[in-house]
Amino acid sequence: MLSRTASELYWMARYLERAENTARMMDVAFSVSMMPSNTVVQEELSAQLKISGNYQLFCAHYKEINTHNVMHFFSLDPVNPSSIYNCIEYARDNAKSVRGKISSETWEAINVSWIELQAIKKKGRIWEVNAFFDWVKERSHVFRGSVYSTGLRNDAFRFIRLGTFLERAENTARILDVKNQIHDHIAEIEAVDYYRWNAVLRSLGAYEAYREIYGDVITPDKVAELLILRAEVPRSIRACLSAINDILSTIEGNIGQVPKRLVAVQYARVMYGDSHHIFEETGLHEYLTDFLTRMNTIADSIHIAYMEAV
Amino acid sequence: MELKYSAAGLFDEMFQSHDTCRDHYKSYQKWLSDIPTDQIKQKQQEADLLFHRLGITFNVYGEDAGTERLIPFDTVPRIIPSQEWDIVQKGVKQRVSALNKFLYDIYHDQEIIKAGLIPEEQVFANDQYQPCMQGVNLPGNIYAHIAGVDLIKDSQGDYYVLEDNLRTPSGVSYMLENRKMMMRLFPDLFLKNSVAPIDQYPSLLLKTLKDSTEITNPCVVVLTPGRFNSAYFEHAFLAQQMGVELVEGKDLFVKGCHLYMRTTKGPQKVDVIYRRIDDEFLDPLTFNAQSMLGVAGLTSVYRQGNVILANAIGTGVADDKSIYPYVPEMIRFYLDEEPILKNVPTWQCRKAEDLAYTLENLASLVVKEVHGAGGYGMLIGPKASSQEIEDFRIQLLNNPSNYISQPTLSLSSSPTFVEEGIAPRHIDLRPFLLSAKEAHLVPGGLTRVALKEGSLVVNSSQGGGTKDTWVLEEGAC
Repeated sequence: MLSRTASELYWMARYLERAENTARMMDVAFSVSMMPSNTVVQEELSAQLKISGNYQLFCAHYKEINTHNVMHFFSLDPVNPSSIYNCIEYARDNAKSVRGKISSETWEAINVSWIELQAIKKKGRIWEVNAFFDWVKERSHVFRGSVYSTGLRNDAFRFIRLGTFLERAENTARILDVKNQIHDHIAEIEAVDYYRWNAVLRSLGAYEAYREIYGDVITPDKVAELLILRAEVPRSIRACLSAINDILSTIEGNIGQVPKRLVAVQYARVMYGDSHHIFEETGLHEYLTDFLTRMNTIADSIHIAYMEAV
Repeated sequence: MELKYSAAGLFDEMFQSHDTCRDHYKSYQKWLSDIPTDQIKQKQQEADLLFHRLGITFNVYGEDAGTERLIPFDTVPRIIPSQEWDIVQKGVKQRVSALNKFLYDIYHDQEIIKAGLIPEEQVFANDQYQPCMQGVNLPGNIYAHIAGVDLIKDSQGDYYVLEDNLRTPSGVSYMLENRKMMMRLFPDLFLKNSVAPIDQYPSLLLKTLKDSTEITNPCVVVLTPGRFNSAYFEHAFLAQQMGVELVEGKDLFVKGCHLYMRTTKGPQKVDVIYRRIDDEFLDPLTFNAQSMLGVAGLTSVYRQGNVILANAIGTGVADDKSIYPYVPEMIRFYLDEEPILKNVPTWQCRKAEDLAYTLENLASLVVKEVHGAGGYGMLIGPKASSQEIEDFRIQLLNNPSNYISQPTLSLSSSPTFVEEGIAPRHIDLRPFLLSAKEAHLVPGGLTRVALKEGSLVVNSSQGGGTKDTWVLEEGAC
């Protein structure tokens, strides 16, 4: 496969996954923003901006941090490079350059999302916040479903899946880490805390999984354990790494030793990791920060091995 | 639906006179008269929606740069009976065969110039003449592997060649997609009419490209300028249909005497390029040094015979409007045959007597730029205001050799679905000829239609639309 094609497919999938994850993160923020305390809402919204690295950009364009502005910034605002609007636009651009390599149904799934998004954008703002995020998630499901059920099992399929899982692993880590950005005095309000972990689970579609696996009250360490270490949760870091590890080993050709090794090491760390170590010895925030750095190195090595100029 | 239709003074493809339908349209006419207008309207909308969803669009340059537009699709097919197609087929093959021989000749011994049939400055002073091709031998001496010949019919119903397209003719994807759309919208029409199939085009194209080289099992790619090109959809479509890579210049590189593409498995040698980039941008070392679209060193690999370009470099010299008047002579010279398809009489304004004639008759002539394309930079005398004619006169006098003039042919009309119902609109036809070891012409082509009432400009960039083109099979009427 052409290196450029691999890169376009990979980024197409990353952007679509990013759009979905942005919707998921905003879903949490939006539920928390319905809490009665104004300070809680402010903290939550600022935390979202900080974790996505967009705090300064936001402040340059908006006067006030409030729910409406933040929702707009992450959904339709073209100035935010990772807004849902931009992600879908970039993904469609990528898809367009490789439309011969994806099934017509996959192309249509992306193109229709883009066409519908143009119509939504025309209205200027999102009127039904939940409905909009549901729409984003649904379009993402349609995309993945079409890839899964109509895509040839070749390298095109593998690079798409690679993009999806790399992006997803990073986003799960970010969602878990948001709490670190919230000041302690707010973070320790038990009701708020409970509400937010609840929202995190729901936003990652893991609420039922938690009930099924633990059948217990929701505690932060168990939520983290579920979303980092459990293989059976599809958005968990372990599940993502397992997928990435499998995909890399099946890509045709004999190159890519560096990413294969890095991923295998990282996968082993998660597979044999335990929550006591993460919480008591390393600390969740430190663990996640280290994880994100390692994922960056992995993504770079994938680029160098497969997608950059020979 | 009821047909109130009058194409007075024109040659209409469907109607002989206002109430007599031509034989080869009768079955369609019967179907049309049984179907309610609303249903056609609804199908037309369905077609637009589908084209949009599928992203079958072209990119617009200029004013709304970057936007994507649909080419309007008309659901009334253009029907060609088999005996008429026979003439088109023979005529196009004859013409392109002569043009290929002409290209070989001017890049080798230049017999036609020695014979005094074409003035030498018309060839060598032409921008499209590429000196780097002099003496280069190509397999089978084929230069234009893919040719699109634009045909029109005059008021007598005779075919004329309006122009030859030997560089990177486009439109074939619309021919294929239009057929797919028609079959999807009106399957019953295809049960009642024996329409010759055209879906073999991509596999014939691949065969032609593979046959263009002596290498067995060659690696074929399609080279595109990228997704902002107006015909990008077509490049992607053809690559996909043939199952070959769609590459951009930056995906290719020259190492030693060969051309390679960058892949996830390392470099892979490329043998045949179906290129959709103009000569000028192919290789910054040989042509435009500013070009980011091409591949440095490509020409050198090409001249050594280590890669095939389809079409060859330098074919533009044969489809230029200043060479066009000589094509009938070429046919006689190289093939010793009489031309089957007529040329439109052409006055070359670089000649004093032709310029004088043109200036005297501006109001009745069509004046075109020699290298122009896309329906830009031309004057249609009978449709122009006196001010426009005077303005054009100045342009013409400033640079006479840049122009040719031709009588205004009225172009045949075809029933077309418009706001008010069905009305006559002018059409042309572009069939696509593939040449390598054998020549193939799929029975069909792109019919373009000028949607504006009375307009003679069919180009999609200027409000033209397209129709499905049916060639009826032998014996079916």
